[in-house]
Amino acid sequence: MKNSRRSFLQQTALATSAFCLGFDWFKAEGKAGAMVASTVEAGRFNAYLEISSLGKVIIYSPNPEIGQGIKTAFPVVVAEELDVDWKDVEVRQANLDTKNFDRQLTGGSGALKHSWDRLRKAGATARQMFIQAAAQTWKVDPSACKTASGFVIGPAGQKASYGSLASLAATLPVPTEPTYKNRKDYKIIGKRTKGVDNANVVTGKPVFGLDIEKPGMVIAQIIRPPFGATLKSFDATDALKMPGIIDVVSFKNKVAIVGQSTWQVMQARATVSCKYDGQNLESESTHKKWFDEGMVTENAQVNRKDGDFKAAIAKAAKVVEATYECPFISHSPMEPMNFFADVRSDGSVLLAGPTQVPQSAQKAVATLLNRDEKKIEVELSKMGGGFGRRLNNDYALEAAELSSLIKKPVKVMWTREDDMMGGIYRPAVRYHFKAGLDAAGNMIAFYLRGVGLNAGNSTRQDNFPVGAIENVLIESVNQVSSVTTGPWRAPITNFLGYAEQAFLDEVAEAAGKDPIQMRLDWLARVKSNPVGKITYEPDRFIEVIKQAAEKSNWKKKPGVSQGFSVYYSHLSYVAQVADAVMVNGKPKITHITAVTDCGEVVNLSGAENQVKGAIIDGIGHAMFAKLRFNEGVASPSNFNSYRLIRGNEIPTIDAHFVDNGIAPTGLGEPALPPTGGSVANAIYAASKKRLYRQPFDI
Amino acid sequence: MSIQLTINKKKVSLDIDPNTPLLWALRDHLSLKGTKYGCGIAQCGACTVWVNGEATRSCVLPLSAVANADVTTIEGLSEKGDHPVQVAWDQLDVPQCGYCQAGQIMTAASFLKKNPKPSKTEIIDGMSGNICRCGTYHRIQEAVKLASEIAAKKKTSSTKKSAKA
Repeated sequence: MKNSRRSFLQQTALATSAFCLGFDWFKAEGKAGAMVASTVEAGRFNAYLEISSLGKVIIYSPNPEIGQGIKTAFPVVVAEELDVDWKDVEVRQANLDTKNFDRQLTGGSGALKHSWDRLRKAGATARQMFIQAAAQTWKVDPSACKTASGFVIGPAGQKASYGSLASLAATLPVPTEPTYKNRKDYKIIGKRTKGVDNANVVTGKPVFGLDIEKPGMVIAQIIRPPFGATLKSFDATDALKMPGIIDVVSFKNKVAIVGQSTWQVMQARATVSCKYDGQNLESESTHKKWFDEGMVTENAQVNRKDGDFKAAIAKAAKVVEATYECPFISHSPMEPMNFFADVRSDGSVLLAGPTQVPQSAQKAVATLLNRDEKKIEVELSKMGGGFGRRLNNDYALEAAELSSLIKKPVKVMWTREDDMMGGIYRPAVRYHFKAGLDAAGNMIAFYLRGVGLNAGNSTRQDNFPVGAIENVLIESVNQVSSVTTGPWRAPITNFLGYAEQAFLDEVAEAAGKDPIQMRLDWLARVKSNPVGKITYEPDRFIEVIKQAAEKSNWKKKPGVSQGFSVYYSHLSYVAQVADAVMVNGKPKITHITAVTDCGEVVNLSGAENQVKGAIIDGIGHAMFAKLRFNEGVASPSNFNSYRLIRGNEIPTIDAHFVDNGIAPTGLGEPALPPTGGSVANAIYAASKKRLYRQPFDI
Repeated sequence: MSIQLTINKKKVSLDIDPNTPLLWALRDHLSLKGTKYGCGIAQCGACTVWVNGEATRSCVLPLSAVANADVTTIEGLSEKGDHPVQVAWDQLDVPQCGYCQAGQIMTAASFLKKNPKPSKTEIIDGMSGNICRCGTYHRIQEAVKLASEIAAKKKTSSTKKSAKA
């Protein structure tokens, strides 16, 4: 049976026991995708909403859950428009299904933005079909019927449950233009909905990748080479004699130790010695040299040019300059990398485990092993955090390759040391900012050069304050390193946001302006007469800034020093004010006020979690985290010396949301970029010390 | 030679390397996957279980050290998942990714046994040994407080019941 993707289509194939409305969450640009109403006898059908004749509502959630709460948020939207009680909804994780889902991934804080209309349409369409079915049954006008809590109510007080109408509803045409609820009538959207996996989590159910067990499965750990090195030889003589050890095999400069249990593999691994070849392996001094060279090269990539920066800076009355630098850092999700693979002799492959991008895993494994994509099944597990690390499927490919070599189902597990030393880091970046002020303190020239190590374009050239400044030059230089990098929660902006917001604080001071008023003046300019192309909406910026100033009692708290920042990323706006006081001669951040405009808040509980979590993440990594390299080897290697923020190191946080009813935008990432800036600026206000590199030296 | 111990009120006998950390004995040999591996060096607390009632890091504790001991894991904290700490964790919607939470809950439940009416500072100190990468710390601290209140209410109502009886 072939489903047309862009047109509505109905299937009434089998005997009736359930109403299934398949809707294509991710198809079509901003439009609702194909929908399929169908009746199924039993079992799983290619549909995402299922209502049984007993009235149970099952919503399949396609996107990988890494702690961002999407498995709760998506079904909330469907249930709201369907008009059922949340308690009657059961949510199930869908596995990879490329036939029905297009964007089954977690990344870029894009899920709700992309799916909002589709989710609403799915719920509203089904609701309308139930009304239609009831109206037919009662022989009344559908417009005289309404719905409440999973029932259709007729003009004479008739009442029929969705479940009882399911089989008739499934035979009706799918409406193309359903009517939506007015947001003032929302019962679930915007309220606090608890995570759908809470019960499993608090009772220790095996839901994560590392918990996967399959028949005949063996365990493996892998020794990886220093960055830039090749494996010359290895000696596993002792390891192979140890109890429980099945095999030791090498591929792609790696050595895999395969055994019956984790501890046996760990013990055996410790006895394996490896010899490597490698020249000019990278150390901290290499990286410093590359930063220095990148800062002076004539061959920078020009990302944005407005007016004439050089001429403007030459006639500036005052010039402010600063350089900021951040190291490579690890993602360090609490669940280290791991994946299960079973590459079978019949050509089929089963992959299972934590990945933010299951379809990429499927494609990459198909290419790697020269197998048919259609024969590669991917089961999604819940993930013990991701933060971008699991956008890279290197560990899933390792599992697949190893399984094909040893011809067994295998779970590859990274230890914490493997996870911290094994690559895919937030790239190290150095930024140089320059601002030219005229005699009145107005910024007339703005310059930024970013030099990144495997960072690609380390700038965001169209971001505010660009658009408010006449003369702008933004450049980047990418230095190629053998240290592997990838997106880390709020890629690039996780550090750029800090550097820029800290620099603008210096600009405000040099100009003798209040940092908030300075930004509001710029935004007024953007509104009336923007310079060049802008990608942000000045009014939304202005609103979060004003609310943050008001809610934080900006500069009205006696004995408290405050720092301000505001940043736009993933289509959302976050303004922050950090409060600092001096304790025993050292600055301490005591409170952060955050105002977020992410459009409609779908789940207030989840939204607060994302904002507070991102702020704590931002503070922790700004304060503590750093990896160094010596001859291609990263250190430190575990949490004893790679410090993560703890519960006794956090400020109180107020998370406010702008109530504007705009369609939702990103939230997993946007609260992080402004955090380093508000914190650094508050620390300066308290201690008069500017912080130019992460981790902060305070 | 096998090692006997009690896990979640059941007697078990394990015939494996006595140096195997309790964490891996639980996960690999007893299929109790609720106890998590986070760092392997007793820094993060994801592997926290109770040994003879005391919150203990199971990733560095050899099986030989728990011979004849009484071990409780997250799966055995309550029969129906209704321990006050579990209830509070759900009510306040603490988990984000959830991976560290079994360790957090076992730490919190042990902490509250010793200190049923903790102050805010005591809660913060008592819970700071456990890392949460998602940053759920505020809700963890609020949930410990709520759990102490739920437990106090439970105690009062059971005292009343027994007084009536």
